[in-house]
Amino acid sequence: MSEAQSSGTAGLLSEHTRHEIDHWRAKFPEGRQRSAVIAALRAAQHQNHGYLTSELMDAVGAYLDVPAIQVYEVASFYSMFETKPAGRLHVSVCTNISCMLCGADKIVEHIEKRLGVKTGESTPDGKFFLKREEECLAACNNAPMMMIDHVYYENLTPEKVDQVLDSLK
Amino acid sequence: MSQDIVNLEVNGVAVQGRKGQMIIQVTDAADVYVPRFCYHEKLSVAANCRMCLVEVEKAPKPMPACATPIAEGMKVYTKSPKAIGAQKATMEFLLINHPLDCPICDQGGECELQDLAVGFGRDAARFEERKRVVKDKNLGPLVSTDMTRCIHCTRCVRFTAEIAGVQELGTMGRGEGMQISTWVEKSVDHELSGNIIDLCPVGALNSKPFRFHGRGWEMTAQALVSPHDAVGTNLSAHVRRGQLMRVVPRANEAINETWIADRDRFSYEGIYAADRLERPLVRQGGALVPCDWETALEAAARGLQGAIAPGADRVGFLALPSATTEELHLFARIARGLGVANLDHRLRQRDFRDQGADPVFPGLGLAIADLDRLDGLLVVGADLRQEAPVLAHRVRKAAVRNKARIAFVNPARFDYHFPVAAYRAVGAGDMAAELAAIGRALAESTGAALPAALAHAGTPNDGQRAAAAALASGERRLVLLGGLAERHPGYADLRAIAAAVAGLAGAALGYLPGGGNAAGAALAGVLPHREAGGRPAGRVGLDAGAMLAGGLDAYVLLGGIEAGLDTAGEGAEAALARAGFVLALSPYAPEAVRRHAHVILPIGTFAETSGTFVNVEGRWQSFAAAARLVGEARPGWKVLRVLGNLLNLPGFEYESSEDVRIELERALGAQAGQGADTAYRGAWRPQGSLPGALADAPLYQSDPVVRRAPALQQTRAAARPRATY
Repeated sequence: MSEAQSSGTAGLLSEHTRHEIDHWRAKFPEGRQRSAVIAALRAAQHQNHGYLTSELMDAVGAYLDVPAIQVYEVASFYSMFETKPAGRLHVSVCTNISCMLCGADKIVEHIEKRLGVKTGESTPDGKFFLKREEECLAACNNAPMMMIDHVYYENLTPEKVDQVLDSLK
Repeated sequence: MSQDIVNLEVNGVAVQGRKGQMIIQVTDAADVYVPRFCYHEKLSVAANCRMCLVEVEKAPKPMPACATPIAEGMKVYTKSPKAIGAQKATMEFLLINHPLDCPICDQGGECELQDLAVGFGRDAARFEERKRVVKDKNLGPLVSTDMTRCIHCTRCVRFTAEIAGVQELGTMGRGEGMQISTWVEKSVDHELSGNIIDLCPVGALNSKPFRFHGRGWEMTAQALVSPHDAVGTNLSAHVRRGQLMRVVPRANEAINETWIADRDRFSYEGIYAADRLERPLVRQGGALVPCDWETALEAAARGLQGAIAPGADRVGFLALPSATTEELHLFARIARGLGVANLDHRLRQRDFRDQGADPVFPGLGLAIADLDRLDGLLVVGADLRQEAPVLAHRVRKAAVRNKARIAFVNPARFDYHFPVAAYRAVGAGDMAAELAAIGRALAESTGAALPAALAHAGTPNDGQRAAAAALASGERRLVLLGGLAERHPGYADLRAIAAAVAGLAGAALGYLPGGGNAAGAALAGVLPHREAGGRPAGRVGLDAGAMLAGGLDAYVLLGGIEAGLDTAGEGAEAALARAGFVLALSPYAPEAVRRHAHVILPIGTFAETSGTFVNVEGRWQSFAAAARLVGEARPGWKVLRVLGNLLNLPGFEYESSEDVRIELERALGAQAGQGADTAYRGAWRPQGSLPGALADAPLYQSDPVVRRAPALQQTRAAARPRATY
C-alpha cells in the first residue's frame, strides 16, 4: 500500500466516522484491518446520509490501509450498501416466504403507491429509498414486516405503514 | 525428510507427493490430466471453478483436486464415472452463461473452455432461459475485454494482487451479478499487466493490439529472447507467413518463470513501424536516395576507407546495447581491423573515469533465480520496475515470501508494491554522500574498520542506519547498481562507494545495465579499453561520451541508434550532423537518422535475425530468426560480414551467425563465465555540484523498437513526462 494512498483521501471521513472505524479496527488483530471494512463502510454510508461514493470508498481504503479495490468489492457485494445516490431512509420490506404468505406483496404495492416510486427508487425529495428486494430478516412470527434504517416494524397493514411513514422525519 | 513423503494412489497407480501438496500438483507431476480453470501453479488456490472435481475414496462427495491436500493412503480417481459426472455437471453450469460466440472470439482455437467443452460438454444445451450479458470494460490500450465470456475464475484478480502486487482488478457484486472489474473507470497500468491475457482461460481478456488479427492455428511459434532489458526474458513469437503477429511468454523457471513484461509482449508492433527501412539509402547530392545493396555497401566501404585514410582516431564506432552478440563481435572486429579504437556501446553512460575497473561484463553477480532467496538487498540508483520489470518481480518475491530487507538509494521516490525496509530518496548530487553514510553505519554496526573509499563519509542518521541494517542480516546479500547509477554523472564515485559497502556487508556487487545485451557487448569487446573477453586493448580509444562530445569526422552506428534518444549527451545530434561521413546500420530511417546519415543499411530487428543475447547473469541464449525480414533488409551480422569482406579484412568468411558465435566463444575461453566482481576499490571525496544531469530512461523509450510500438505508447506509463533528477 503506497504512501500516497494512505495520505490522500482519508480526510473525507468525519471525526465521528473515524472513531467508529477505529472502534471496529481494534477488534481485529494487527494487520487484519481488512476485516473492519464492512463496519467502516456502514459508518461512511451513514455519514453520507444513505449511500457510498467512490471517493468515500477510497477514503475508507486509505484510512484502513486496504487497497481501494477491495473496498469496492465489499461495497458491491452486500445489499446493505448503496453505491448509487439513494434516499436517506432505507425502507426494506421483507418479501420472503412467511411475509409473502401474510401479504407482503400488498404492503410493497401500497408503499409504492404512497411514495410514488417503484422498488429500487428514491423519492424525489431524497427522504425515502425503497429497496429492491429484501430477504428474510428473521421476524417471521410477526409477518409481514419491514425495516427502516435498522428498526423493525411488524404485523404490518397498509394503515400501519402510513402511520410509520408519517411519523418519520 | 522421509516423513514428508506421502504415498497415495491415482487411478490405481501408486504415486508419491510431499506433505501439504494438493491432489492436482501430484496428478500434474504424474502426467494425469485433471481439467481446471481457476487453478494456476503460480497463483493462490481459489477453488471456485469446480472443474477439477475428482473422486476420492471414502469422501462422500467429489473433491476439488486443487484444494484437497493429499493424505497417506488416499485413493484418487480422476476418470471414474463419479469424477467425470461431476466435471460434466460443472461444465454444463459454466456454459449456462457463456456465449456461444467462438467464431468471433479471439480465443477460439486456443481456449481452455473450448477444449474442455469438447471433452466434458453436452452436445446440446438444456438451458432455455435468458443468458447473462456483461458490459465490457476499458482496461487501457493493451488488454481487450469481452466480459460476457468471463467464467469468474479470478485468475486475473489473483495475478494483480499476488504477482503484480497492486490489486487493479476485483470481483464486484455477487451471484449472477458478479463481474470482474476495476469499479471506477480505470486502465490496468501495471508493467506486467499483459500476463492476464495468458492467464484468462476464456476469451474475456485478450490482447488488444492482436484483436481480430489471426487464429492460433495459422501461426507457428518460434523461440525468441527479449532485447528490451538485461533479463533475457524468453519469448515465443507467433508468426504467420513470415510476419510476427504477437508475442507470448516462453516459460523458463530460471529467468522469467511464466511472466513477461508488457514491453516484451507488445514491442513487436514496432517492428512494422511506418519508418521501417526497406531499401538501402545512400546520400547523393545532398539527398538520401534508395539504391541496391551492392551500391550501398560499396558506398559504405568507400566512405569508411575515406574516413580512415587521414587517421583512424577521427572515426567512432557506436553500437546499441540491444544488438546481438554476433553483430557486436563483427562490429568490434571491423573497428579494430581498421585500426579504430573509438568503440563503445555504453551510449547513455556519462562518467567513464573508472572504466578500468569494469568487470568483464556487467552482471548481477548471482543467478536471477537466486534473487528470490535474497535476505538483504541495497539498490543504488535503479527504478527496478521500469528498468527490468521481471527482475522487479523477483525482488518482490524476495521481499514478500523470503522477508528480505530491501533498501533503496534513489534520486526520487518510485513506487514499489512490496515492503521496503528503507527508502532513501535524495538529490542526484547527494546519492554518493548518502551511500557513504550508509556504509559508515554498516561499519559502525559491525565494528569493521572504515574502508578508504568511505573515509569522508558523514555521520549516519537513523534512515541511513535502517538502510544499512538491510545488509546486516541474513546470509545472501546484494548491492545492486542500476541504470540510474550507470547514467549518473558521478558513476565512478557511486561505484567505488557501493563496492566498499558491498565489501563491508560481505555482499555481492551486481550491475543492472541498460539494453538487452550490454553483457554481450562487453564480452565482445565493444569498448574503447577492452577487447573480447575483457583483455586490455592495446590502445585505449575514446568512450561514447567523448566520441559524441568531441565531434569526430566519421561515425558508424549499429542497431538503429537515434542520437537524441539513445545517448546521454545533448550534443550527440550536433556531433553527428557535423561529421563528414555517417554510416548507420538501422532497421529504421527516422528523420533524426536521415538528417545526418550518408549511408543507411537496413538491418533486421531482434525478431528477424539469428543471434545470441547474453543476459545479466551471463547466460548465453541463442535464437533463430522468427520473422521474415521487411523489404530488402538483411540480418545485421550478414551486412557486417560483407562489409568486412569489402574492407579486405581477413577472416570474414562466416556462413552462419553460429560461426560468429563460436569464434567469439573460443576467443573468450574461460572468461565467458565471469560476471560482476567486488574487487574494485577507489576513493571518494564529497564534491560540489554534479557535472551534468541525471536523466530518466522511461519504460517505453528504452530502445528504437519499443519507441515505435503504438499500443505501448498509448499507456499511461508512456504519457509520464521524462524526468531529470
